[in-house]
Amino acid sequence: MSGSLPSRWLGALPPVALLLAWQGAASIGWGDPRLLPPPGSVLVTAWARLADPGLATALGVSLGRCLAGFALGAALGLGFGLLCGLSGAAARLVGPSFHALKNVAVFAWIPLIALWFGMGEEARLAFIAVAVVTPVALNVWEGIAGTPPLLLEVGAAFRFSSWQRLFRIRLPAALPSILTGLQLGLIHAWLATIGAEYFLAKGTGLGGLLIEGRDRFDMALLILGVVLLGGIGMLLNQALWRLAVRLTPWRTTPA
Amino acid sequence: MSDFALSLPVSTAPRPWRFPAWSTALLLPALGLVLWLAAARFGWLAPNMLPAPQDVWLTLQDLASSGELAQHALWSMGRVAQGFTTGAGLGLVLGIGMGLWPRFEALLRPSFLAIVQVPVIGWVPLLMLPLGIGETLEIVIVAKAALVPVTLNTRDAIHALPRPLLEVAATFRYGRLQLLRRVVLPATVPPVFTGVRYGLTSCWKALVAVELLASSEGLGYLLVWGRQMFQMDLVIAGVLLIAAIGLIFDTALAAIERRLQRWRPA
Repeated sequence: MSGSLPSRWLGALPPVALLLAWQGAASIGWGDPRLLPPPGSVLVTAWARLADPGLATALGVSLGRCLAGFALGAALGLGFGLLCGLSGAAARLVGPSFHALKNVAVFAWIPLIALWFGMGEEARLAFIAVAVVTPVALNVWEGIAGTPPLLLEVGAAFRFSSWQRLFRIRLPAALPSILTGLQLGLIHAWLATIGAEYFLAKGTGLGGLLIEGRDRFDMALLILGVVLLGGIGMLLNQALWRLAVRLTPWRTTPA
Repeated sequence: MSDFALSLPVSTAPRPWRFPAWSTALLLPALGLVLWLAAARFGWLAPNMLPAPQDVWLTLQDLASSGELAQHALWSMGRVAQGFTTGAGLGLVLGIGMGLWPRFEALLRPSFLAIVQVPVIGWVPLLMLPLGIGETLEIVIVAKAALVPVTLNTRDAIHALPRPLLEVAATFRYGRLQLLRRVVLPATVPPVFTGVRYGLTSCWKALVAVELLASSEGLGYLLVWGRQMFQMDLVIAGVLLIAAIGLIFDTALAAIERRLQRWRPA
Protein backbone atom coordinates (compact mmCIF):
# COMPACT_ATOMS: atom_id res chain seq x y z
CA MET A 1 0.00 0.00 0.00
CA SER A 2 2.64 2.50 -0.94
CA GLY A 3 1.67 6.07 -1.63
CA SER A 4 -1.57 5.82 0.29
CA LEU A 5 -2.47 7.29 3.64
CA PRO A 6 -1.39 5.21 6.59
CA SER A 7 -4.42 3.79 8.34
CA ARG A 8 -4.03 5.85 11.47
CA TRP A 9 -4.49 9.01 9.43
CA LEU A 10 -7.36 7.51 7.51
CA GLY A 11 -9.30 7.17 10.75
CA ALA A 12 -8.98 10.90 11.40
CA LEU A 13 -10.78 11.78 8.16
CA PRO A 14 -14.43 11.43 9.24
CA PRO A 15 -14.07 13.50 12.43
CA VAL A 16 -12.15 16.21 10.60
CA ALA A 17 -14.75 16.27 7.83
CA LEU A 18 -17.50 16.53 10.43
CA LEU A 19 -15.70 19.37 12.16
CA LEU A 20 -15.26 21.26 8.90
CA ALA A 21 -18.91 20.75 7.98
CA TRP A 22 -19.93 21.95 11.43
CA GLN A 23 -17.76 25.07 11.18
CA GLY A 24 -19.06 25.66 7.67
CA ALA A 25 -22.67 25.33 8.76
CA ALA A 26 -22.07 27.67 11.67
CA SER A 27 -20.30 30.33 9.61
CA ILE A 28 -22.99 30.54 6.92
CA GLY A 29 -25.53 30.79 9.74
CA TRP A 30 -27.17 27.46 9.10
CA GLY A 31 -29.29 26.35 11.98
CA ASP A 32 -29.91 27.80 15.40
CA PRO A 33 -26.60 28.91 16.98
CA ARG A 34 -28.07 27.99 20.33
CA LEU A 35 -28.49 24.41 19.24
CA LEU A 36 -25.33 24.25 17.21
CA PRO A 37 -22.78 26.80 18.39
CA PRO A 38 -19.66 27.04 16.21
CA PRO A 39 -16.84 24.66 17.21
CA GLY A 40 -14.72 27.60 18.30
CA SER A 41 -17.16 28.79 20.92
CA VAL A 42 -17.68 25.23 22.15
CA LEU A 43 -13.93 24.98 22.54
CA VAL A 44 -13.78 28.20 24.53
CA THR A 45 -16.59 27.12 26.85
CA ALA A 46 -15.09 23.66 27.16
CA TRP A 47 -11.71 25.12 28.07
CA ALA A 48 -13.25 27.35 30.74
CA ARG A 49 -15.05 24.34 32.12
CA LEU A 50 -11.97 22.15 32.08
CA ALA A 51 -10.08 24.72 34.15
CA ASP A 52 -12.93 24.73 36.66
CA PRO A 53 -12.07 22.37 39.55
CA GLY A 54 -15.75 21.45 39.79
CA LEU A 55 -15.40 19.34 36.67
CA ALA A 56 -12.47 17.36 38.02
CA THR A 57 -14.41 16.71 41.21
CA ALA A 58 -17.44 15.56 39.24
CA LEU A 59 -15.30 13.21 37.17
CA GLY A 60 -13.58 11.82 40.24
CA VAL A 61 -16.91 11.18 41.92
CA SER A 62 -18.26 9.40 38.84
CA LEU A 63 -15.16 7.30 38.31
CA GLY A 64 -14.91 6.21 41.92
CA ARG A 65 -18.58 5.30 41.92
CA CYS A 66 -18.18 3.37 38.69
CA LEU A 67 -15.23 1.34 39.94
CA ALA A 68 -16.82 0.60 43.31
CA GLY A 69 -20.03 -0.60 41.68
CA PHE A 70 -18.02 -2.57 39.14
CA ALA A 71 -16.00 -4.33 41.85
CA LEU A 72 -19.17 -5.27 43.67
CA GLY A 73 -21.00 -6.46 40.57
CA ALA A 74 -17.99 -8.29 39.12
CA ALA A 75 -17.40 -10.22 42.35
CA LEU A 76 -21.05 -11.26 42.45
CA GLY A 77 -21.05 -12.11 38.76
CA LEU A 78 -17.87 -14.18 39.01
CA GLY A 79 -19.24 -16.15 41.93
CA PHE A 80 -22.57 -16.72 40.28
CA GLY A 81 -21.08 -17.61 36.90
CA LEU A 82 -18.65 -20.08 38.47
CA LEU A 83 -21.43 -21.71 40.45
CA CYS A 84 -23.66 -22.15 37.42
CA GLY A 85 -20.79 -23.19 35.15
CA LEU A 86 -19.53 -25.84 37.53
CA SER A 87 -22.70 -27.21 38.98
CA GLY A 88 -25.37 -28.56 36.69
CA ALA A 89 -27.85 -28.58 39.55
CA ALA A 90 -27.28 -24.88 40.26
CA ALA A 91 -27.57 -24.08 36.58
CA ARG A 92 -30.90 -25.88 36.35
CA LEU A 93 -32.20 -24.30 39.51
CA VAL A 94 -31.23 -20.64 39.14
CA GLY A 95 -30.32 -20.50 35.44
CA PRO A 96 -33.82 -20.00 34.06
CA SER A 97 -34.65 -17.33 36.63
CA PHE A 98 -31.38 -15.57 35.86
CA HIS A 99 -32.06 -15.65 32.14
CA ALA A 100 -35.51 -14.23 32.73
CA LEU A 101 -34.20 -11.49 35.04
CA LYS A 102 -31.38 -10.48 32.72
CA ASN A 103 -34.05 -9.48 30.23
CA VAL A 104 -35.35 -6.82 32.53
CA ALA A 105 -34.04 -3.74 30.81
CA VAL A 106 -31.49 -2.49 33.29
CA PHE A 107 -33.05 0.95 33.71
CA ALA A 108 -36.34 -0.61 34.70
CA TRP A 109 -34.62 -1.52 37.97
CA ILE A 110 -34.25 2.13 38.86
CA PRO A 111 -37.71 2.75 40.31
CA LEU A 112 -37.46 -0.45 42.33
CA ILE A 113 -33.96 0.30 43.55
CA ALA A 114 -34.97 3.84 44.46
CA LEU A 115 -37.79 2.35 46.45
CA TRP A 116 -35.72 -0.19 48.32
CA PHE A 117 -32.41 1.63 48.72
CA GLY A 118 -33.53 5.23 48.79
CA MET A 119 -31.85 7.84 46.64
CA GLY A 120 -28.39 7.80 48.18
CA GLU A 121 -25.05 6.29 47.37
CA GLU A 122 -26.16 2.74 48.24
CA ALA A 123 -28.89 2.95 45.63
CA ARG A 124 -26.42 4.12 43.01
CA LEU A 125 -23.92 1.39 43.82
CA ALA A 126 -26.68 -1.23 43.87
CA PHE A 127 -27.84 -0.13 40.43
CA ILE A 128 -24.32 -0.20 38.98
CA ALA A 129 -23.72 -3.65 40.49
CA VAL A 130 -26.98 -4.95 38.98
CA ALA A 131 -25.85 -3.69 35.58
CA VAL A 132 -22.45 -5.38 35.94
CA VAL A 133 -23.57 -8.76 37.29
CA THR A 134 -25.35 -9.89 34.14
CA PRO A 135 -22.57 -9.72 31.53
CA VAL A 136 -19.94 -10.99 33.94
CA ALA A 137 -22.01 -13.92 35.19
CA LEU A 138 -23.14 -14.85 31.69
CA ASN A 139 -19.65 -14.91 30.21
CA VAL A 140 -18.05 -16.69 33.14
CA TRP A 141 -20.81 -19.27 33.07
CA GLU A 142 -20.53 -19.84 29.33
CA GLY A 143 -16.75 -19.96 29.48
CA ILE A 144 -16.64 -22.47 32.32
CA ALA A 145 -19.43 -24.65 30.98
CA GLY A 146 -17.92 -24.52 27.52
CA THR A 147 -14.55 -25.98 28.45
CA PRO A 148 -13.54 -28.20 25.53
CA PRO A 149 -14.34 -31.81 26.56
CA LEU A 150 -11.02 -32.87 25.06
CA LEU A 151 -9.15 -30.84 27.69
CA LEU A 152 -11.24 -32.37 30.45
CA GLU A 153 -10.40 -35.83 29.10
CA VAL A 154 -6.73 -34.97 29.26
CA GLY A 155 -7.29 -33.88 32.84
CA ALA A 156 -9.02 -37.14 33.59
CA ALA A 157 -6.10 -39.04 32.04
CA PHE A 158 -3.75 -37.17 34.38
CA ARG A 159 -6.10 -37.94 37.28
CA PHE A 160 -6.46 -34.26 38.13
CA SER A 161 -8.28 -33.47 41.34
CA SER A 162 -11.31 -31.21 41.04
CA TRP A 163 -9.22 -28.21 42.21
CA GLN A 164 -6.63 -28.97 39.58
CA ARG A 165 -9.35 -29.36 37.01
CA LEU A 166 -10.69 -25.95 37.98
CA PHE A 167 -7.40 -24.08 38.14
CA ARG A 168 -5.45 -25.84 35.40
CA ILE A 169 -8.17 -26.51 32.86
CA ARG A 170 -11.49 -24.81 33.34
CA LEU A 171 -10.37 -21.36 34.43
CA PRO A 172 -7.56 -20.99 31.86
CA ALA A 173 -9.87 -22.28 29.13
CA ALA A 174 -12.55 -19.85 30.24
CA LEU A 175 -10.17 -16.91 30.69
CA PRO A 176 -10.90 -15.23 27.35
CA SER A 177 -14.59 -15.48 28.05
CA ILE A 178 -14.17 -14.22 31.61
CA LEU A 179 -12.18 -11.25 30.40
CA THR A 180 -14.83 -10.49 27.79
CA GLY A 181 -17.38 -10.54 30.58
CA LEU A 182 -15.32 -8.16 32.70
CA GLN A 183 -14.77 -5.85 29.77
CA LEU A 184 -18.49 -5.76 29.07
CA GLY A 185 -19.15 -5.37 32.76
CA LEU A 186 -16.93 -2.31 32.96
CA ILE A 187 -18.71 -0.71 30.01
CA HIS A 188 -22.03 -1.43 31.68
CA ALA A 189 -20.72 -0.03 34.96
CA TRP A 190 -19.82 3.25 33.30
CA LEU A 191 -23.19 3.45 31.58
CA ALA A 192 -24.99 2.63 34.80
CA THR A 193 -22.99 5.27 36.66
CA ILE A 194 -24.27 7.97 34.36
CA GLY A 195 -27.77 6.51 34.55
CA ALA A 196 -27.65 6.42 38.32
CA GLU A 197 -26.56 10.04 38.34
CA TYR A 198 -29.49 10.99 36.11
CA PHE A 199 -32.19 9.21 38.01
CA LEU A 200 -31.02 8.65 41.56
CA ALA A 201 -30.40 11.99 43.27
CA LYS A 202 -29.51 14.35 40.50
CA GLY A 203 -26.70 16.83 40.53
CA THR A 204 -23.60 14.79 41.22
CA GLY A 205 -20.91 13.48 38.94
CA LEU A 206 -20.71 13.63 35.17
CA GLY A 207 -24.33 12.55 34.78
CA GLY A 208 -25.43 15.49 36.88
CA LEU A 209 -23.37 17.77 34.66
CA LEU A 210 -25.10 16.47 31.54
CA ILE A 211 -28.54 16.99 33.06
CA GLU A 212 -27.47 20.51 34.04
CA GLY A 213 -26.34 21.15 30.47
CA ARG A 214 -29.65 19.95 29.10
CA ASP A 215 -31.67 22.03 31.53
CA ARG A 216 -29.66 25.16 30.70
CA PHE A 217 -29.67 24.52 26.96
CA ASP A 218 -25.88 24.59 27.21
CA MET A 219 -24.80 22.75 24.06
CA ALA A 220 -21.11 23.35 24.75
CA LEU A 221 -21.35 21.74 28.16
CA LEU A 222 -23.31 18.83 26.68
CA ILE A 223 -20.75 18.24 23.97
CA LEU A 224 -17.92 18.41 26.47
CA GLY A 225 -19.82 16.02 28.73
CA VAL A 226 -20.43 13.52 25.96
CA VAL A 227 -16.79 13.68 24.85
CA LEU A 228 -15.64 13.07 28.42
CA LEU A 229 -18.20 10.31 28.82
CA GLY A 230 -16.94 8.59 25.71
CA GLY A 231 -13.29 9.27 26.40
CA ILE A 232 -13.34 7.86 29.89
CA GLY A 233 -15.34 4.85 28.75
CA MET A 234 -12.76 4.26 26.04
CA LEU A 235 -9.87 4.50 28.49
CA LEU A 236 -11.54 2.06 30.86
CA ASN A 237 -12.18 -0.33 28.00
CA GLN A 238 -8.65 0.03 26.66
CA ALA A 239 -7.19 -0.70 30.07
CA LEU A 240 -9.11 -3.95 30.35
CA TRP A 241 -8.41 -4.84 26.75
CA ARG A 242 -4.69 -4.44 27.33
CA LEU A 243 -4.98 -6.61 30.39
CA ALA A 244 -6.84 -9.21 28.32
CA VAL A 245 -4.15 -9.23 25.63
CA ARG A 246 -1.47 -9.60 28.26
CA LEU A 247 -3.24 -12.41 30.08
CA THR A 248 -4.32 -14.33 27.00
CA PRO A 249 -1.59 -13.78 24.43
CA TRP A 250 -2.69 -16.85 22.50
CA ARG A 251 -5.88 -15.13 21.52
CA THR A 252 -5.65 -13.62 18.07
CA THR A 253 -7.67 -10.47 18.46
CA PRO A 254 -7.75 -7.99 15.64
CA ALA A 255 -5.95 -4.93 16.90
CA MET B 1 -32.27 -44.25 16.38
CA SER B 2 -31.86 -47.23 18.68
CA ASP B 3 -29.51 -48.91 16.22
CA PHE B 4 -27.18 -45.98 16.49
CA ALA B 5 -27.42 -45.89 20.22
CA LEU B 6 -26.23 -49.48 20.40
CA SER B 7 -23.06 -48.68 18.57
CA LEU B 8 -22.18 -45.73 20.82
CA PRO B 9 -20.07 -46.31 23.89
CA VAL B 10 -22.63 -44.88 26.27
CA SER B 11 -23.01 -46.32 29.71
CA THR B 12 -25.83 -48.86 29.89
CA ALA B 13 -26.75 -47.92 33.45
CA PRO B 14 -30.16 -46.25 33.60
CA ARG B 15 -29.94 -42.51 33.82
CA PRO B 16 -30.63 -41.29 37.35
CA TRP B 17 -34.08 -39.79 37.60
CA ARG B 18 -34.13 -36.02 37.64
CA PHE B 19 -36.83 -33.48 38.17
CA PRO B 20 -37.96 -32.31 34.76
CA ALA B 21 -36.27 -29.09 33.67
CA TRP B 22 -39.38 -26.92 33.96
CA SER B 23 -39.99 -27.92 37.55
CA THR B 24 -36.52 -26.98 38.76
CA ALA B 25 -36.72 -23.81 36.70
CA LEU B 26 -39.94 -22.80 38.42
CA LEU B 27 -38.81 -23.72 41.90
CA LEU B 28 -37.02 -20.45 42.59
CA PRO B 29 -39.70 -18.13 41.16
CA ALA B 30 -42.34 -20.10 43.09
CA LEU B 31 -40.36 -19.69 46.28
CA GLY B 32 -40.01 -15.97 45.56
CA LEU B 33 -43.74 -15.63 45.01
CA VAL B 34 -44.52 -17.45 48.25
CA LEU B 35 -42.14 -15.16 50.14
CA TRP B 36 -43.68 -12.14 48.48
CA LEU B 37 -47.20 -13.29 49.40
CA ALA B 38 -46.10 -13.96 52.94
CA ALA B 39 -44.34 -10.60 53.19
CA ALA B 40 -47.52 -8.85 52.09
CA ARG B 41 -49.82 -11.01 54.21
CA PHE B 42 -47.89 -10.63 57.45
CA GLY B 43 -46.85 -7.04 56.81
CA TRP B 44 -43.08 -7.66 56.80
CA LEU B 45 -42.69 -4.73 54.46
CA ALA B 46 -44.79 -1.61 54.20
CA PRO B 47 -47.13 -1.78 51.17
CA ASN B 48 -45.50 1.34 49.74
CA MET B 49 -42.22 -0.62 49.72
CA LEU B 50 -43.63 -3.82 48.32
CA PRO B 51 -47.29 -3.97 47.36
CA ALA B 52 -49.05 -7.31 47.62
CA PRO B 53 -48.93 -9.57 44.55
CA GLN B 54 -52.72 -9.46 44.35
CA ASP B 55 -52.62 -5.68 44.05
CA VAL B 56 -50.07 -5.87 41.27
CA TRP B 57 -52.21 -8.47 39.53
CA LEU B 58 -55.30 -6.26 39.85
CA THR B 59 -53.36 -3.30 38.45
CA LEU B 60 -52.25 -5.42 35.52
CA GLN B 61 -55.85 -6.48 34.89
CA ASP B 62 -57.01 -2.87 35.07
CA LEU B 63 -54.34 -1.82 32.61
CA ALA B 64 -55.31 -4.61 30.25
CA SER B 65 -59.06 -4.08 30.39
CA SER B 66 -58.85 -0.30 30.00
CA GLY B 67 -56.77 -0.72 26.86
CA GLU B 68 -53.95 1.34 28.36
CA LEU B 69 -51.65 -1.65 28.38
CA ALA B 70 -52.08 -2.33 24.69
CA GLN B 71 -51.65 1.36 23.89
CA HIS B 72 -48.40 1.79 25.81
CA ALA B 73 -47.04 -1.52 24.58
CA LEU B 74 -47.85 -0.57 20.99
CA TRP B 75 -46.01 2.73 21.34
CA SER B 76 -42.97 0.97 22.70
CA MET B 77 -43.02 -1.86 20.17
CA GLY B 78 -43.42 0.50 17.25
CA ARG B 79 -40.38 2.48 18.33
CA VAL B 80 -38.35 -0.69 18.76
CA ALA B 81 -39.41 -1.99 15.36
CA GLN B 82 -38.43 1.21 13.56
CA GLY B 83 -35.23 1.80 15.45
CA PHE B 84 -34.14 -1.81 15.24
CA THR B 85 -34.61 -2.17 11.48
CA THR B 86 -32.75 1.07 10.85
CA GLY B 87 -29.89 0.26 13.20
CA ALA B 88 -29.49 -3.40 12.31
CA GLY B 89 -29.61 -2.68 8.57
CA LEU B 90 -26.95 -0.02 8.83
CA GLY B 91 -24.93 -2.26 11.15
CA LEU B 92 -24.90 -5.10 8.64
CA VAL B 93 -23.65 -2.82 5.90
CA LEU B 94 -20.97 -1.27 8.11
CA GLY B 95 -19.91 -4.62 9.54
CA ILE B 96 -19.54 -6.25 6.14
CA GLY B 97 -17.59 -3.27 4.88
CA MET B 98 -15.30 -3.23 7.90
CA GLY B 99 -14.82 -6.98 7.76
CA LEU B 100 -13.94 -7.14 4.10
CA TRP B 101 -11.92 -3.99 3.51
CA PRO B 102 -9.23 -3.12 6.03
CA ARG B 103 -8.99 0.43 4.71
CA PHE B 104 -12.70 0.95 5.17
CA GLU B 105 -12.32 -0.28 8.70
CA ALA B 106 -9.31 2.00 9.26
CA LEU B 107 -11.38 4.91 8.02
CA LEU B 108 -14.39 4.32 10.24
CA ARG B 109 -13.05 2.44 13.23
CA PRO B 110 -12.02 5.42 15.39
CA SER B 111 -15.26 7.30 14.74
CA PHE B 112 -17.29 4.17 15.28
CA LEU B 113 -15.51 3.40 18.53
CA ALA B 114 -16.06 6.96 19.66
CA ILE B 115 -19.79 6.61 19.02
CA VAL B 116 -19.85 3.21 20.70
CA GLN B 117 -18.07 4.51 23.72
CA VAL B 118 -20.72 7.03 24.54
CA PRO B 119 -23.52 5.00 26.04
CA VAL B 120 -27.06 5.52 24.84
CA ILE B 121 -27.78 7.42 28.01
CA GLY B 122 -25.08 9.94 27.14
CA TRP B 123 -26.59 10.66 23.76
CA VAL B 124 -30.06 11.32 25.12
CA PRO B 125 -29.47 14.79 26.64
CA LEU B 126 -27.25 15.83 23.74
CA LEU B 127 -29.67 14.76 21.03
CA MET B 128 -32.61 16.08 23.00
CA LEU B 129 -31.70 19.65 22.11
CA PRO B 130 -31.61 19.38 18.31
CA LEU B 131 -34.18 16.57 17.97
CA GLY B 132 -36.57 17.58 20.73
CA ILE B 133 -38.50 15.15 22.85
CA GLY B 134 -40.34 12.91 20.47
CA GLU B 135 -40.36 9.97 18.15
CA THR B 136 -37.21 10.94 16.24
CA LEU B 137 -35.11 11.06 19.38
CA GLU B 138 -36.37 7.69 20.53
CA ILE B 139 -35.88 6.01 17.17
CA VAL B 140 -32.36 7.40 16.73
CA ILE B 141 -31.38 6.16 20.17
CA VAL B 142 -32.89 2.73 19.63
CA ALA B 143 -31.20 2.48 16.23
CA LYS B 144 -27.85 3.29 17.79
CA ALA B 145 -28.38 0.49 20.30
CA ALA B 146 -28.89 -2.04 17.50
CA LEU B 147 -26.16 -0.62 15.30
CA VAL B 148 -23.30 -1.35 17.66
CA PRO B 149 -23.62 -5.09 18.32
CA VAL B 150 -24.70 -5.88 14.76
CA THR B 151 -21.73 -4.02 13.26
CA LEU B 152 -19.21 -5.50 15.68
CA ASN B 153 -20.47 -9.07 15.37
CA THR B 154 -20.63 -8.89 11.60
CA ARG B 155 -17.09 -7.53 11.42
CA ASP B 156 -15.75 -10.04 13.92
CA ALA B 157 -17.51 -12.90 12.18
CA ILE B 158 -15.75 -12.01 8.95
CA HIS B 159 -12.41 -11.54 10.71
CA ALA B 160 -12.78 -14.86 12.49
CA LEU B 161 -13.36 -16.86 9.35
CA PRO B 162 -11.32 -20.04 9.82
CA ARG B 163 -8.07 -19.69 7.89
CA PRO B 164 -8.12 -23.30 6.62
CA LEU B 165 -11.47 -22.68 4.97
CA LEU B 166 -10.04 -19.67 3.17
CA GLU B 167 -7.02 -21.67 2.10
CA VAL B 168 -9.23 -24.41 0.74
CA ALA B 169 -11.20 -21.78 -1.13
CA ALA B 170 -7.96 -20.35 -2.51
CA THR B 171 -6.89 -23.82 -3.62
CA PHE B 172 -10.15 -24.18 -5.48
CA ARG B 173 -9.59 -20.74 -6.97
CA TYR B 174 -12.97 -19.49 -5.84
CA GLY B 175 -14.05 -16.16 -7.19
CA ARG B 176 -15.28 -13.42 -4.85
CA LEU B 177 -18.89 -14.43 -5.23
CA GLN B 178 -18.21 -18.11 -4.69
CA LEU B 179 -16.11 -17.28 -1.67
CA LEU B 180 -18.96 -15.27 -0.27
CA ARG B 181 -21.64 -17.85 -0.93
CA ARG B 182 -19.81 -21.03 -0.08
CA VAL B 183 -17.48 -19.98 2.72
CA VAL B 184 -18.26 -16.56 4.13
CA LEU B 185 -22.01 -16.77 4.52
CA PRO B 186 -22.30 -20.24 6.06
CA ALA B 187 -19.56 -19.43 8.56
CA THR B 188 -20.77 -15.94 9.43
CA VAL B 189 -24.56 -16.14 9.57
CA PRO B 190 -24.71 -17.68 13.07
CA PRO B 191 -22.40 -15.13 14.76
CA VAL B 192 -24.05 -12.29 12.88
CA PHE B 193 -27.38 -13.49 14.11
CA THR B 194 -26.02 -13.47 17.63
CA GLY B 195 -25.29 -9.79 17.06
CA VAL B 196 -28.83 -9.26 15.78
CA ARG B 197 -30.24 -10.95 18.86
CA TYR B 198 -28.03 -8.87 21.09
CA GLY B 199 -29.05 -5.79 19.14
CA LEU B 200 -32.73 -6.38 19.67
CA THR B 201 -32.19 -6.92 23.38
CA SER B 202 -30.20 -3.69 23.61
CA CYS B 203 -32.87 -1.87 21.63
CA TRP B 204 -35.42 -2.83 24.21
CA LYS B 205 -33.15 -1.72 27.03
CA ALA B 206 -32.31 1.55 25.32
CA LEU B 207 -35.97 2.21 24.69
CA VAL B 208 -36.80 1.81 28.34
CA ALA B 209 -34.01 4.26 29.20
CA VAL B 210 -35.25 6.85 26.70
CA GLU B 211 -38.83 6.42 27.79
CA LEU B 212 -37.80 6.95 31.39
CA LEU B 213 -35.93 10.12 30.45
CA ALA B 214 -37.93 11.68 27.71
CA SER B 215 -41.34 10.43 26.82
CA SER B 216 -44.98 10.82 27.59
CA GLU B 217 -46.13 7.39 26.52
CA GLY B 218 -44.83 3.83 26.35
CA LEU B 219 -44.09 1.23 29.00
CA GLY B 220 -41.06 3.07 30.34
CA TYR B 221 -43.21 6.12 30.90
CA LEU B 222 -45.59 3.93 32.90
CA LEU B 223 -42.81 3.47 35.43
CA VAL B 224 -42.15 7.20 35.68
CA TRP B 225 -45.82 7.91 36.10
CA GLY B 226 -46.31 5.20 38.70
CA ARG B 227 -43.35 6.49 40.64
CA GLN B 228 -44.59 10.06 40.54
CA MET B 229 -48.03 8.95 41.71
CA PHE B 230 -46.45 6.74 44.40
CA GLN B 231 -48.37 3.85 42.87
CA MET B 232 -45.90 1.10 43.54
CA ASP B 233 -48.22 -1.59 42.19
CA LEU B 234 -48.12 0.22 38.87
CA VAL B 235 -44.31 0.41 38.95
CA ILE B 236 -43.98 -3.29 39.64
CA ALA B 237 -46.59 -4.14 37.02
CA GLY B 238 -44.58 -2.05 34.55
CA VAL B 239 -41.31 -3.77 35.44
CA LEU B 240 -42.98 -7.17 35.00
CA LEU B 241 -44.34 -6.17 31.61
CA ILE B 242 -40.98 -4.85 30.46
CA ALA B 243 -39.31 -8.04 31.65
CA ALA B 244 -41.90 -10.24 29.97
CA ILE B 245 -41.57 -8.51 26.61
CA GLY B 246 -37.77 -8.65 26.79
CA LEU B 247 -37.97 -12.32 27.62
CA ILE B 248 -40.29 -13.03 24.70
CA PHE B 249 -37.96 -11.20 22.29
CA ASP B 250 -34.92 -13.04 23.53
CA THR B 251 -36.54 -16.48 23.65
CA ALA B 252 -37.86 -16.18 20.12
CA LEU B 253 -34.50 -15.04 18.77
CA ALA B 254 -32.62 -17.71 20.73
CA ALA B 255 -34.82 -20.35 19.13
CA ILE B 256 -33.99 -19.02 15.67
CA GLU B 257 -30.32 -18.87 16.62
CA ARG B 258 -30.32 -22.53 17.62
CA ARG B 259 -31.86 -23.45 14.29
CA LEU B 260 -29.16 -21.52 12.46
CA GLN B 261 -26.42 -23.26 14.38
CA ARG B 262 -27.85 -26.74 14.10
CA TRP B 263 -25.52 -27.78 11.31
CA ARG B 264 -22.46 -27.07 13.44
CA PRO B 265 -20.79 -29.98 15.20
CA ALA B 266 -21.41 -29.77 18.92
